[in-house]
Amino acid sequence: MRTLIFRATAPYLTALMLLYSIFVLLRGHNEPGGGFIGGLIAASALAIYGIACGVSPVRRAIRYHPMAISGFGLFLGAIAGMFSLFAGVPYMTGLWIYPTVFGVELKLSTTLIFDIGVYLVVLGAITSIALALEEKERD
Amino acid sequence: MAAAERPAIDPADAFVMEAPALADWLIVMPLVIGFIFAALCLMTRKDTRRQPAIAITGLVLILLCVVGLFVHVLVNGTVVMAMGRWLPPFGIAFVADMLGATLALISGIVGLATGIYALREADNTERRYGFYPFLLMMLSGVICAFLTGDIFNLYVWFEVLLLGSFGLLILGSRRDQLDGATKYAFLNLVATTLFLIAVAYVYGLFGTLNMADIARKAAVMDEVGPRLTIAALFFFAFAMKAAAFPLNFWLPASYHTPRLAVGAIFAGLLTKVGVYALLRILLTIFPADRDDLAVAIAVVAAASMLLGAIGALAQTDMRRVLGYLVISGIGIMLAGLALGSATGLSGTAFYTAHSMVVMTALYLLVGIVGAAAGTFDLHRAGGLYATAPWLAVVALVLAFSVSGLPPFSGLWPKIFLVKASIDVGAWWLAAAILVSGFLTTIAIVRLFAFAFWRPAHPDMRSLSLAEVPVARLGLPVLAGLCGLTVIAGLYPEPFIQVSDRIAFELMNPAGYIDAVYAPMPAAAEGAVQ
Amino acid sequence: METAVAVLTGLYFAVSIYLMLSRHIIRILLGTVTLSTGANLTIFAMGRITREVPPIIPSGLYLPAEGAANALPQALVLTAIVIAFSLFAFLLVLVMRSYQELGTDDTYAMRDAEPEGEPLPPLGY
Repeated sequence: MRTLIFRATAPYLTALMLLYSIFVLLRGHNEPGGGFIGGLIAASALAIYGIACGVSPVRRAIRYHPMAISGFGLFLGAIAGMFSLFAGVPYMTGLWIYPTVFGVELKLSTTLIFDIGVYLVVLGAITSIALALEEKERD
Repeated sequence: MAAAERPAIDPADAFVMEAPALADWLIVMPLVIGFIFAALCLMTRKDTRRQPAIAITGLVLILLCVVGLFVHVLVNGTVVMAMGRWLPPFGIAFVADMLGATLALISGIVGLATGIYALREADNTERRYGFYPFLLMMLSGVICAFLTGDIFNLYVWFEVLLLGSFGLLILGSRRDQLDGATKYAFLNLVATTLFLIAVAYVYGLFGTLNMADIARKAAVMDEVGPRLTIAALFFFAFAMKAAAFPLNFWLPASYHTPRLAVGAIFAGLLTKVGVYALLRILLTIFPADRDDLAVAIAVVAAASMLLGAIGALAQTDMRRVLGYLVISGIGIMLAGLALGSATGLSGTAFYTAHSMVVMTALYLLVGIVGAAAGTFDLHRAGGLYATAPWLAVVALVLAFSVSGLPPFSGLWPKIFLVKASIDVGAWWLAAAILVSGFLTTIAIVRLFAFAFWRPAHPDMRSLSLAEVPVARLGLPVLAGLCGLTVIAGLYPEPFIQVSDRIAFELMNPAGYIDAVYAPMPAAAEGAVQ
Repeated sequence: METAVAVLTGLYFAVSIYLMLSRHIIRILLGTVTLSTGANLTIFAMGRITREVPPIIPSGLYLPAEGAANALPQALVLTAIVIAFSLFAFLLVLVMRSYQELGTDDTYAMRDAEPEGEPLPPLGY
């Protein structure tokens, strides 16, 4: 897309949307949000960047192939349930720890790992589809 | 923590309190390993040299897990694990009874066999486009479909294996592949959507999705109408997945288009998932409605086995002959479901396991035959007996086995099924089984006679096996699969014991239900009801 | 409320079956999408529809409020939508590719996998 305004604002918009997607991801445990919708937001951020500046800058920016990102997400999702093996509870049981970092109590859990996995799977899969379609348009 | 201010409740009301035995973890390991290794293959997709090693490691580990699970179930009875610790019927349960464990075991074998065969067949482009990730994903989807105890979860696994199979089917993107994949994709998608609609009705009627819970509630339900409607809808959807007549047209249109390794794993696993789902739904959950549908199932079974065999007779392409033989086999499996007696179900269980191994082996065989003869066309292939005598031995074993001739594994289940049909006076079903076996013999022995026995076509040059790259790994794999069918044919006693136990468990769903509800304390059980 | 949704579901199914009976792949595609939407609506109606109380447990309690919506069908529909969406994306690409390669979207003309007028198999040895 050749409009100057869009090309100038797209990187900022993308950065903002990526940040927001992480916020939505972390918010997801007790309130509406979560990995799936977060991943969609992140993927649309990258898609916007691709529409504005072309596909190859996006591919350079994310360094890894989108499917590899997806694969890592799948890996995290499968691993997340296995922590229960060491805790003596059935597969996929949510396990929580509450470490205190700089005086703030953090609630970390295996469900969060799973959610991050979902985030990455969705991000990778949708980005690879979107980038492939954008590439098609150009040639 | 905020939790301290809340009123005290007893976690035993909602949670499984005992730690699961370490051996019980085997039930989820195929899922975990399959997904982890699929992920690793996805991450190393550029590294086409290391990727096969990762994938084969994964397939071997899956096979070890399902072997372990099978032994565990054989020794200790039905194994249950409730995901996320939630007591049934709230959590998704994985349940391995004898049927699920056996089919999972065979799937592991078939998966490893095709994975090894594909080492020589899949080229680098196909590896980069995800042959191994799709294979692992589909395999774990199939195994989980055999093991899940939750009906919506079953739908999810159907979709997982469907997505994996789509990916495998279009690798290469040739014209005929795209054509076949379009038909395959649409008809399977419609079938799974119908399955989903049936699941919705189940939820509306019973308010639960746990199979054991549905079975318990369906048994005490007086209204036949809604229950029978649901059972019929399930029958329709799964018959479409299983490619039973008259919903079989997608199978011969698509299975011959991809690589033979892909065709092999499709023929070995995918339609059998449909058969498994039919057995599970119609015997464990809605046994009363199976009795009402029995005649319809019997007609479908007889038509599938006969038309499959006749279709196989009419083909010139060796791969398409096999596509029709898959349909014929599905008919024979459904015959036992239609009869519903212990002998019949035992025959169905045995035949399903037999068919998974033998159909996979036949596809792999045709892969080597096609590569050696240079064509899949029956008019032009020939002369392979001279160049590849050992391949001819394997081919003859498989041909006899798929036709149900002694001394191979196809014989015993057919004897059971014929006996069970005659026991209930369904002579026409027995006749259909025998006639379809006869027609199958003609179709497959003709393939043998033309491709192997006949002198080579003047225009074609048959290669010896040393010149065929797929044969180097393909022949040992084939020999292994043939070994299974020979052992099961010559020494069937242990196999018959297992299939008898499967039949017993299918006819007495109380065991399944009790196993799922075993971790539930009596007090909580009252609260649920 | 369930009655209205049931009627709507029936309409969806009717439209989808009409579309799927077409010879053209793109219509069949739209038909399957409509079918899965109908299936989702079915699940939704089967969970009994209530109004305006979200199935979220208030802080400090163990149970959701009285008359809260049934959360399970929502979860099922969400899963089904995600799956249907990914399959739709796949099918769309597949249909586009096969239209480009085969040059037709008419199922009668798509005979590459099963060519018309194939000769009989060899009849004599």
